[in-house]
Amino acid sequence: MSLYTAETRRLTKRRFSRFFLLGVVVVLALIAGGMFFSNQKNTPEVVAAAQAKADREFQQAVVQSEAEKKACAAQPGSDCANMWTPTRDDFQAEWYMPSTFDFREQFGAMETALAAILAVMAFVIGASFVGAEWTSGGMMNLLLWRPQRIKVLSTKLGALLVTLSVVTVVISLIWTGIFAVIGNLRGTMEGMTSGAWQSVMLMELRGLGLVLFAGAVGFGLASLGRHTAVAMGVAIGVVVLFQFGLGTVLSLAGVKFLEAYLIPTWAAAWVDKSVKLEDWNACNVSPDGCVPDTLTITWPMAGGVFGAVLVLVVGLAMWTLRSRDIT
Amino acid sequence: MSAVLEIQGLQKTYRSRKGVRKALDGFDMVVEAGQVHGFLGPNGSGKTTTLRTLLGLIRPNAGRMAILGREVPAALPEVAGSVGAIVESPQFFGNFSAQDTLLLLADAGGVERARVFEVLELVGLRDRAKDRVKTYSLGMKQRLAVASALLKNPRLLILDEPANGLDPGGIREMRTLMRNLAESGMTVVLSSHILGEIQLICDSVTIIAAGRRVAAGSVAEVLAQHATSSVRVRLESAVDLPASAAALRELGAQVSLEQDHLMVSGIAQPSAITRTLALRNVFVSELAPVSVDLESVFLELTGTAPVAGEHRQVDQTVMAQAGPAHGGWGQ
Ligand SMILES: Nc1ncnc2c1ncn2[C@@H]1O[C@H](COP(=O)(O)OP(=O)(O)OP(=O)(O)O)[C@@H](O)[C@H]1O
Ligand SMILES: [Mg+2]
Repeated sequence: MSLYTAETRRLTKRRFSRFFLLGVVVVLALIAGGMFFSNQKNTPEVVAAAQAKADREFQQAVVQSEAEKKACAAQPGSDCANMWTPTRDDFQAEWYMPSTFDFREQFGAMETALAAILAVMAFVIGASFVGAEWTSGGMMNLLLWRPQRIKVLSTKLGALLVTLSVVTVVISLIWTGIFAVIGNLRGTMEGMTSGAWQSVMLMELRGLGLVLFAGAVGFGLASLGRHTAVAMGVAIGVVVLFQFGLGTVLSLAGVKFLEAYLIPTWAAAWVDKSVKLEDWNACNVSPDGCVPDTLTITWPMAGGVFGAVLVLVVGLAMWTLRSRDIT
Repeated sequence: MSAVLEIQGLQKTYRSRKGVRKALDGFDMVVEAGQVHGFLGPNGSGKTTTLRTLLGLIRPNAGRMAILGREVPAALPEVAGSVGAIVESPQFFGNFSAQDTLLLLADAGGVERARVFEVLELVGLRDRAKDRVKTYSLGMKQRLAVASALLKNPRLLILDEPANGLDPGGIREMRTLMRNLAESGMTVVLSSHILGEIQLICDSVTIIAAGRRVAAGSVAEVLAQHATSSVRVRLESAVDLPASAAALRELGAQVSLEQDHLMVSGIAQPSAITRTLALRNVFVSELAPVSVDLESVFLELTGTAPVAGEHRQVDQTVMAQAGPAHGGWGQ
């Protein structure tokens, strides 16, 4: 326990962790501020104004279209029957309203964004937490004090994950609160039944899972390579090679469901419950016309993949530490 | 007296892409309780490797080790609380202050926090304890390292080159500190290249070369066993020096011809020198036995004395003679 508290203090005392967290908070505040100022509530006046504008435009369009039809009819031999006639449906009042924040519809995207940002933070902080210890020799000192390597490393990881959980839970709650306020002041909270709230909570839980996964993988990679840069290198390598490189190669090769090879798709599937990929090259004839082939990635599938990666990286980090010479 | 530290037949081979390197080749070492024990050897002879192995940072290929009567590495978690160590200028996380660094270690090892301020006082860092370690000088970092080793109030203190970077005052303080610690019952193992220092503070020494023990025992014993006691001979007139040297060599002595005197060794009775020279009408103006010091014994034993016109390379030391490694001194 004493080791655990010491490690938690070491993590929270580090200026790197603090500054990074501060940066993340600033970015999140900017996003929330942007959402606040770019949305407006649909008060009766706003709705009435939009309705009036829609009506006005509809009338104008009708007048214009009639004028064009007349002009067309004046010219002999031209086919005027197929000309567009505006309908009411082409001028809906919603399209003339300023954008409004529908909590039920839009909070999912906000939550996914939060999870992604926090996951990046967790990866970097996790990697530098153990990486800096290895490079500075602090790890060796610690092992002289507590010559139980696996215990030391897993306690460090535990301290990291618990701290990340606390940070994520606190930030998620504030995030939800802020968007509830935005929904109330600049949009609507309509449809937020207790069932809807429950699914928000579950989504945030999966977001927490993603953050912890990223933190543990960053930690594991930096520990394997005994340097923060190794984890960062692997991350950049994966992004460049796997995402851009593979993405380009696969799209040249015309591979089906290209997105299934990209990590963000899986992360989104995990947080959003599922992602449906469509292949428009395939045409399955149906009464509605062409229906594309689809591939649905569900959150248990994504969870399985992330779990396997997690076990592999952290397991390998522990296993190599067991037997390696520390010089 | 009981052995606080015992090592038998320790072997360590480093493997890398460039091949294998035998860093330890059947090394033995015994340190008795309450002693200050010097651990000496040329660069690359395996001192740090031995200490790292002992402290569980490196896995040996063969050999047996025990600390405070317990087999290590198996019992290391239990004995770790009574062993304080620094291994080759340890580094600390630069952005933390000395005080934070030690407080974190104290927490991790279950040591009372008050002890942190005691050791900071002890190593003379009290007034700079709140500065970041990054801003410390070499000697200040070294003092911090010593403080971290003392934190547990250990029964066995292992210091790999603790004097590295210390100022003369610091070295002297370190010397007194070691003596005081030993008097309070702590056993200290000290590796250093400053042999004058070792001779002043150590009760016993182990000398290692090329991964094997070449000498061990109390300082006096090692000096006595290996001192090829020599005599400084000055003559009335320096012109006679070359001829006299030749005459003494005929007698079977080893003679080195210096600027204004001769260094003669390998002669049982100094009177033989005066007699021989007097017969040739050469008269001695000074005949002084030269007391050997640890440094010359060290150079002789490890075969690392500089030779004029040669640049000795690091692994060029005596290769301890083959065979079982039990032939050490002082057993
Ligand atoms: N990690 C390593 N990989 C390969 N060889 C190593 C490693 N560490 C040490 N060695 C080799 O082992 C031998 C002993 O090294 P060691 O560090 O124990 O010497 P030392 O006695 O502490 O020397 P110094 O007085 O210079 O500190 C050297 O030849 C060194 O090159
Ligand atoms: Mg060394």
